[in-house]
Amino acid sequence: MNILVFVKRVPDTESRIRIHHETKSIVEDGLNFVVSPYDEYAVEEALKLREAKGGTVRVLSVGRDESVVVLRKCLAMGADEAFLVKDDSLETYDGLRTARIIARTVERKFAGTDLLLFGKQSMGVDNSQVPAMVAELLGLPQASVVTKLEVEGASATALREIEGGMEKVVLSLPAVVTAQKGLNEPRYETLKGIMAAKKKDIPVIKLEELGLGPDDLVSQVEVIGLDVPAQRQAGKILQGDPAETARELVRLLRAEAKAI
Amino acid sequence: MIAVFMEIRDGKIKKSSLEALSEAKRRAGELGVETAAVLVGGAVGSLAPGAFALGAARIYLIENKLLADYSSQAYALALAEFVGEAKPAALFFAATAMGRDLAPRVAARLGVGLASDCVKIAVRAGALEFTRPIYAGKAFLRLTLRSTPKLATLRPNMFPLGEAVPGAGEVVKMDVTVPDGAVKGRVAGVIKEDSSEVDVAEADVVVSGGRGLKGPENFTLLRDLAAVFPRAAVGASRSAVDSGWIGHQHQVGQTGKTVSPNLYIAAGISGAIQHLAGMSSSKVIVAVNKDAEAPIFKVADYGIVGDLFEVLPRLKDELKKALAD
Repeated sequence: MNILVFVKRVPDTESRIRIHHETKSIVEDGLNFVVSPYDEYAVEEALKLREAKGGTVRVLSVGRDESVVVLRKCLAMGADEAFLVKDDSLETYDGLRTARIIARTVERKFAGTDLLLFGKQSMGVDNSQVPAMVAELLGLPQASVVTKLEVEGASATALREIEGGMEKVVLSLPAVVTAQKGLNEPRYETLKGIMAAKKKDIPVIKLEELGLGPDDLVSQVEVIGLDVPAQRQAGKILQGDPAETARELVRLLRAEAKAI
Repeated sequence: MIAVFMEIRDGKIKKSSLEALSEAKRRAGELGVETAAVLVGGAVGSLAPGAFALGAARIYLIENKLLADYSSQAYALALAEFVGEAKPAALFFAATAMGRDLAPRVAARLGVGLASDCVKIAVRAGALEFTRPIYAGKAFLRLTLRSTPKLATLRPNMFPLGEAVPGAGEVVKMDVTVPDGAVKGRVAGVIKEDSSEVDVAEADVVVSGGRGLKGPENFTLLRDLAAVFPRAAVGASRSAVDSGWIGHQHQVGQTGKTVSPNLYIAAGISGAIQHLAGMSSSKVIVAVNKDAEAPIFKVADYGIVGDLFEVLPRLKDELKKALAD
């Protein structure tokens, strides 16, 4: 089975986000970049499927040259090949633009793919748009926010999270699936894997090769502003006897905060 | 016209869809346009009064037995046809599991942009300006969309529900053909969790626990406290989830859910940046922690420095008394 996994390079979750107001973008200096955590679940699931059913796991990232680092991590985890679709633009926050690039890449370069795996959202932009858009552009079914996946022949059964339960979705392959925490436990890279990954060539796919016109690459999103929320102010601190502090808290919640 | 997709679960319109409709009504008023609701399903016409009550001037009814169960492909096809015919200026969805699954498909089908998970919508210079959190709320992006219709998903619990006033309007029935082979995925069933449990993202009150709980058995303390409120859920920090004390669907924070309840109670949670990102938009935050220096106190409106094992049971009793009044 041929699996494509899409990964993105993002700041880790402990990052403090600062804004560059002139360019309306995130200040990248001093941030530690990682594979978006949900994408790791996608990579792990692909590797498990390959172990069970054979085939290949190819990993792909759309982004600047720096994304090679996260692709190498995926190679070190055990992916067979990695590709960078080079896109030098700053973050556009437009899922459709990325989805068009990915859909075209799949059509032109990766025909015959059985499964397209993504993280349920990129950490940071948090759009949850690209996978479903890619599915629509390619005419494929999808299951998003998946915590269990089984593949049998030409179909896949996925459990996806919905409010207060799980939805069981049956898909005919090829299909798009997005990974949620809980799907698996991503493996660590081995030293051998890291060494092997260093030697692997990561081919670069240029946007021009994909035949995308300026209309396809224009962002539908116009960024008006980027703001860091006002810091919440520390409030009242109660100390002392547990019964008394509990009583005082409830009084304040009712009389002052009107929260109950 | 601003149209709103009405999500139907268990034969009812979801509250978050009604919130989205209420917001559409307010913004449509500013723009001087109408509000419409779109109902998609097998036979859903009986739900029309609920949408009229919140101010929809018109209801588009797309009924087809092939649409009885949700399918992202079939529903995207139906909504794209609706847009083609009715030509709304904007189409809103609730940012629920279904809305997040469906809206991007509709956007791609129409070739338009989408503002995901909005927490605020404003009208500026005659255009809709959307505000949405990025980095799980560490920053906020304000954007407009160049393409039309303007597609957006609205985060549950952020937009006030309008007052329901019985009313009526025009019902427009639309036929949509779902061609053979167009739908390659189907919902084969829904497995419900304990139905008394409200999802953390939808709850009015969230009672969360972290490492300070010391073990999975002590989540009972949180469940007991949550049970005092009508629509409360139990949440957890990443470390509690990663320790296997509770399922990840309860996790609040950057790799979990972002919540904005009326009241958030954090017990035994120190307040890592990634956790704060997920709950800082709560209306009122209460923290209970032994460590007076815990970062959680920097964002809490009310903090109790103390042993949660002593405080929580008493807090439960006091809340019970207060709520019984």
